[in-house]
Amino acid sequence: MSWFVRKEKGINTPTEMKREAPDGLWYQCPNCKKIMHTREHKLNAYTCAHCNYHDKVGSEAYFELLFDHNEFIELDPELRSGDPLRFIDTKPYPDRIRSTMLKTGLKDAVRAAHGKMNDLDIVVACMDFNFIGGSMGSVVGEKIARAIDHSLAHRQPFLMISRSGGARMMEAGLSLMQMAKTSAKLALLSEAKVPYISLLTDPTTGGVTASYAMLGDFNISEPQALIGFAGPRVIRETIGKDLPKGFQSAEFVLEHGFLDFIVDRKELKDKLTSLLTMLR
Amino acid sequence: MRTYLDFEKPIAELESKLAEMKRLAEDNKVDVSAATSSLESSIERLRKEIFENLTRWQRVQLSRHPDRPYTLDYIQLMCDEFIELHGDRQVRDDPAMIGGFARIGDQSMMIIGQQKGRNTKQRQHRNFGMPNPEGYRKALRLMKIAEKFNKPIVTLIDTPGAFPGLEAEERGQGEAIARNLKEMFMLKVPVICIVIGEGASGGALGIAIGDRVLMLENTWYSVISPESCSSILWRSWDYKEEAAEALKLTATDMKENRLVDGIIPEPLGGAHLDHEAMSIIIKRVITETLRDLSTLSPEQRIDQRIEKFCAMGVVIE
Repeated sequence: MSWFVRKEKGINTPTEMKREAPDGLWYQCPNCKKIMHTREHKLNAYTCAHCNYHDKVGSEAYFELLFDHNEFIELDPELRSGDPLRFIDTKPYPDRIRSTMLKTGLKDAVRAAHGKMNDLDIVVACMDFNFIGGSMGSVVGEKIARAIDHSLAHRQPFLMISRSGGARMMEAGLSLMQMAKTSAKLALLSEAKVPYISLLTDPTTGGVTASYAMLGDFNISEPQALIGFAGPRVIRETIGKDLPKGFQSAEFVLEHGFLDFIVDRKELKDKLTSLLTMLR
Repeated sequence: MRTYLDFEKPIAELESKLAEMKRLAEDNKVDVSAATSSLESSIERLRKEIFENLTRWQRVQLSRHPDRPYTLDYIQLMCDEFIELHGDRQVRDDPAMIGGFARIGDQSMMIIGQQKGRNTKQRQHRNFGMPNPEGYRKALRLMKIAEKFNKPIVTLIDTPGAFPGLEAEERGQGEAIARNLKEMFMLKVPVICIVIGEGASGGALGIAIGDRVLMLENTWYSVISPESCSSILWRSWDYKEEAAEALKLTATDMKENRLVDGIIPEPLGGAHLDHEAMSIIIKRVITETLRDLSTLSPEQRIDQRIEKFCAMGVVIE
């Protein structure tokens, strides 16, 4: 004998009606699983109020976080990938690009802009991981190169925010050479003594680590970010045993001497401002 | 005993037939020279036919041929003198990356390259040609020495990749490669880079920023090996041939896409069949290229080097 008796038969509630609150109002931290209001999460610079987990956000969030009043001028926003190698794996590369564009509303895995940060002029290039794993192809390389050109021409400090799985395989050799191209531009920026800050966020691996991400006058990171050249899976397979806890975390990389400091995202803007002010 | 690759099997069969014929002729004291010479010429014809129609995967196989000359073989065959220099002055000496001052005729130069091993023991010692960070730092140290004494630099690239190990990460594999890229653009002396075998990704690029980047005919150079590409994009190791096709990783492909400056032809059948002939060709290319590059000022070379790499990539405006 059940406690409740269904009087009407055939009541069907559509799935979207079954939710208690409208979609997007609550954020569940993937780390501690606790719930926060999305507005509070955003005000907290997309970090968890409970465990300080830094959510994997993209260029839109970082630009809003860093540029005063979210005002900036985007550099080369229309640059798009070609398909010079006519690359086909499980599907043709142009199809992959097109569907990712539709899904993300982005043109490629990096956006660059210049504007004011606490009244200081700055050029920021920021990677978007949700565009094919933040992979570096010709567009990423070219946009970063042109952003550095802008830095050089106007003598404005350059901030690179990396979040990438590495090179974009579908551009093969062309992708590899973006490592060279961006490093060449950074060599020029360095000669001109214009400051370059590289912020490595979770995750930064492969060809991105082995080029612009590690070439900052200042290499900085966010708490717990995964930073490495080879991915953890590859290393595990190479050495044939499990990796020590915390291996390739920002804290580990700091301890081994390859980062200047780790900064909480809530303090990022002010700390960058202090540092750049001291260089003036 | 020669090693034959799977697609060389028809050649192997004819060659063993030829050997057999010669042996029988010797034992029985009969003249079979007409027969052997006709067999020899058909072997040549067959080899030519096979090598004119190599697939991309077959080129990858050739680039890894166990009899292929390695960096130290070329140095020994090309140079009148060589003094190997060791160590990065920080951690240790990396046997997977070798270098030193060499003399060809009256031209001295710094030669640097990844080194593979010929047998199991050597292969382990050389870590299969996969350098650790100290290898890249040693390479950079030697390049700076060359620059200091105004000597040109030649790098020989042959690596399945930078080593993906625990200590390599601890000691900053990414940083070591990144620094080399940046520093090599600013070297005041001529830099020639030659892919002599495998050119795998950042591990290759870490010593491959030069005024001229050249590839031997049967080598590959790309962002990832066909096997790893297959495992990531197809989620299986079985699509290496398709991956090799898709990656466009041969010398011809790379030249077509303007990612390298030139192709150095190999003796018919591959460099492994005639180490000396291959060395003579490379030696001539180095000498001629150095002559060309010496007509430019250091500033011109640096500008052109930067411009060349900055033009690489295809985007839609």
